[in-house]
Amino acid sequence: MATYNLNINGTNRQVDVESDTPMLWVLRDHLDLVGTKYGCGIAQCGACTIHLNGNAVRSCSVPVSAVGDQAVITIEGLSETVEKAEHAVQQAWLEHDVPQCGYCQAGQIMNAAALLTRNSNPSDEEIDDAMNGNICRCGTYIRIKAAIKTAASKMS
Amino acid sequence: MTLIKTRHNRRSFLKVSTAAGGGMILGFSWLASCTPKKEELLTMPDEWFDINAYIKIGENGVVTIMSPNPEIGQNVKTSMPMIVAEELDINWKHVVVEQADLNLIKYSRQLAGGSQSIRQGWQGLRMAGATARRMLMEAAAKQWQVPLGELTTADGIITHKASNQSIGYGEVASSAAGIEVPEEVELKDQKDFKIIGQPTKNVDGTKIATGQPLFGLDYKEDGMLTAMIIHAPAFGMKLKSYDASAVKSMPGIKDVITVQTEVEERQWSDTNAFTEIVAVVGNSTWEVMKAKKALNVEWEWDTPGENTDEHAQEFVKILESSAKEPARLDGNPKDAFKNAAQVVERFFSAPLLAHNTLEPMNFFAHVTSDKALLVGPIQTPEYLSKSAASVLGLDEKQITIQMTRMGGGFGRRLYGHFGIEAAVISQKIGAPIKLVYTREDDMTQGTYRPSYLVKYRAALDEDNNLIGIHIKGTGSHGSPIFANRFPAGTVDNYLAENLNFQTNISAGAWRAPRSNFMAGAEQAFLDEVAETAGKDPIDFRLELFDRAINNPVGERNDYDPERYAGVLKLVREKSGWGKDIPGVYRGVSAYFCHNSYVAQVLDMEMVSGKPVVKKVWCAVDCGIVVNPEGARNQIEGGIIDGIGHAMYSSLTIKNGAPEQHNFDRYRLIRHREAPVEIETFFVNNGIDPTGLGEPSLPPISGALANALYKATGKRLYRQPFTQQDIVLG
Ligand code: FES
Ligand code: FES
Repeated sequence: MATYNLNINGTNRQVDVESDTPMLWVLRDHLDLVGTKYGCGIAQCGACTIHLNGNAVRSCSVPVSAVGDQAVITIEGLSETVEKAEHAVQQAWLEHDVPQCGYCQAGQIMNAAALLTRNSNPSDEEIDDAMNGNICRCGTYIRIKAAIKTAASKMS
Repeated sequence: MTLIKTRHNRRSFLKVSTAAGGGMILGFSWLASCTPKKEELLTMPDEWFDINAYIKIGENGVVTIMSPNPEIGQNVKTSMPMIVAEELDINWKHVVVEQADLNLIKYSRQLAGGSQSIRQGWQGLRMAGATARRMLMEAAAKQWQVPLGELTTADGIITHKASNQSIGYGEVASSAAGIEVPEEVELKDQKDFKIIGQPTKNVDGTKIATGQPLFGLDYKEDGMLTAMIIHAPAFGMKLKSYDASAVKSMPGIKDVITVQTEVEERQWSDTNAFTEIVAVVGNSTWEVMKAKKALNVEWEWDTPGENTDEHAQEFVKILESSAKEPARLDGNPKDAFKNAAQVVERFFSAPLLAHNTLEPMNFFAHVTSDKALLVGPIQTPEYLSKSAASVLGLDEKQITIQMTRMGGGFGRRLYGHFGIEAAVISQKIGAPIKLVYTREDDMTQGTYRPSYLVKYRAALDEDNNLIGIHIKGTGSHGSPIFANRFPAGTVDNYLAENLNFQTNISAGAWRAPRSNFMAGAEQAFLDEVAETAGKDPIDFRLELFDRAINNPVGERNDYDPERYAGVLKLVREKSGWGKDIPGVYRGVSAYFCHNSYVAQVLDMEMVSGKPVVKKVWCAVDCGIVVNPEGARNQIEGGIIDGIGHAMYSSLTIKNGAPEQHNFDRYRLIRHREAPVEIETFFVNNGIDPTGLGEPSLPPISGALANALYKATGKRLYRQPFTQQDIVLG
């Protein structure tokens, strides 16, 4: 066990965990932030996507010891106000009524938000490339793409 | 004007009471609704009277609709309350939808499976809304001392035009609570619908987009431990021994136990190949995961380990024999094939599939000596309750089940072994626990979509008329054939045969059971028959439907040929079928299942030598569309799911063990492979709504195969199509 001071959604959080504990489980089990989802545990589905210093990463494959003082943003911290879908990507998700079961969507939204920070006007191909690692078992891919385009147009 | 009774034999489907803090609560049965068949009228099932949903009208005018339905992604949590709100005649903006507190109402006797929720709920939901409206109006009539018949409602306001008075529902809600439930209420005319038919957003949209805890895996209680299981690595194996001493001293680990979940009187929902498993219990998920990996468990053979390859060979052998009894026989197929000018004969096969709901199986359980609380994603709470009671040695009354939102169902959560496992672990450990399956546990657990092999034969005469059809099928969980579905009824000589096969690999319902394979096989086959006959594939199908409309063969044909032909004509018109567009390869398909009719045209283009699905045109006849927004999403999802599984997915078994454990080796469709566009058209016919969660999936693999043939010159008979070196995009 070791103590880690983490910067999560703009606040300092302390956890006592094994150094190899993936961020996914630190968030879900120790910090009560369960919006980040478990889907595969091996970086194949994207359900666990969070931002580390603004980049989308698979939290199931990032041990807590590798995080240091990098800024962690989870789905719960994407909007300024908790429980409000204020971010342009979240807004677009509502506008396009994207979710079906909803389980993959936090990961999709986090990945899309990171994409748009990098590239404010992605082409279809760039969207496919960036999002290809996020599985949606319910098949909402077309709506996700449409929502990303809407968000891009609102953000620029 | 439709009148509907709210009682049967003096028993009422509805119950009124005063709301705490003022206002009225109307309780009703989500099932009151099932339009009863004649024989059922004599003995109305008790559950039709179980109050399991509520409409609350507060004094502030806010209407809360509490539904017992768990959401599995079929959007019923939005569409079913829309039906209530419609008859209540309120503004949807003022409606709050909540999942009913299942502690209060026990669980609902409702099965969220088979696309049937809307179909079953339709009448009862309308009745509940109409009754509440009528009681509010009665309260206003009494207050104003005017005849009820002179009142009108709109947007939650009651108006008496003659005396120029109006009043909001909230203001009369408390007095309405004192009014007796009317025996009969009037339903709206469809032409007056204001909410039904309007695209309406998912009521949980914001919660999902902000990551709030909704799912079983998110559920927590104080003092809760985490449990994970280890089941046999192969079908046919059973537990021999394990040494837990080292693992028990690992950080955070509480115990390692053997878990028996064999149910004495197995119900269908107790399908489970692994009833003796090992559970590791500890403080947190990661600690338990590590201990689980470190634990050395020995297994021994109980029944022989099987192989996918051998199954495939067996299937071929089985189809060389004939069924003792035909599933259906019309005319004289033997002679028809003997006298045929041409015979087309093809085999179609499909592999085992895992459900792979993105949220793996999980359940919370807190079992004490005299009660059990079980919380999680389950589609069959009433079955789980029964089986859990028997395994725990408790009375069913001592068991409370709460349903959470489900991260996908597709049929997987009909089989509640994980709920029983959680309950047994909690009972043995003596603490509240949450059982979590890893993806690997989930994918290798079984309950798969069965593998299939079907042989189709068609006989054509000299004029290229279809004179005979012969279908023979087998599968790892029975034959997939529906003997009375199309093309039965359209051809004079018809034979369908089902052949059995035994395996120790467990199988279960998977989104649109059997149809998910049969539709594609049948529609790809008919495409080839049409080609052999030199006919346009749509014209060819329409000719068959004409026959079924004008002069059907046989007594029992499980489809309506006019509605079938209707969707086909609609998709032909919308897609502009028949015009050749250079570089576009098209496939068509149509199917009927879950009471809905679907026809699809799939447009494919070759981009740098690879097929790309550019557009899918989809015509749907599912009766009244309650929520077109949710319905479109369902249909798109089914199409993408169907393309994905036909193209890429397969679960194979080697010496009893599944060869795919996670998404690295089990391929699911991804962003890049999804169609660029899907356009859906609904037939507007005013028929009561039917299923939507399933019907768009089955036919699409046929349209896909037919388009791939046009694009590549190859007919594909074996799913997944990637086996034939074809990849989309
Ligand atoms: S859970 Fe991390 S990528 Fe699947
Ligand atoms: S919405 Fe269900 S997995 Fe994406």
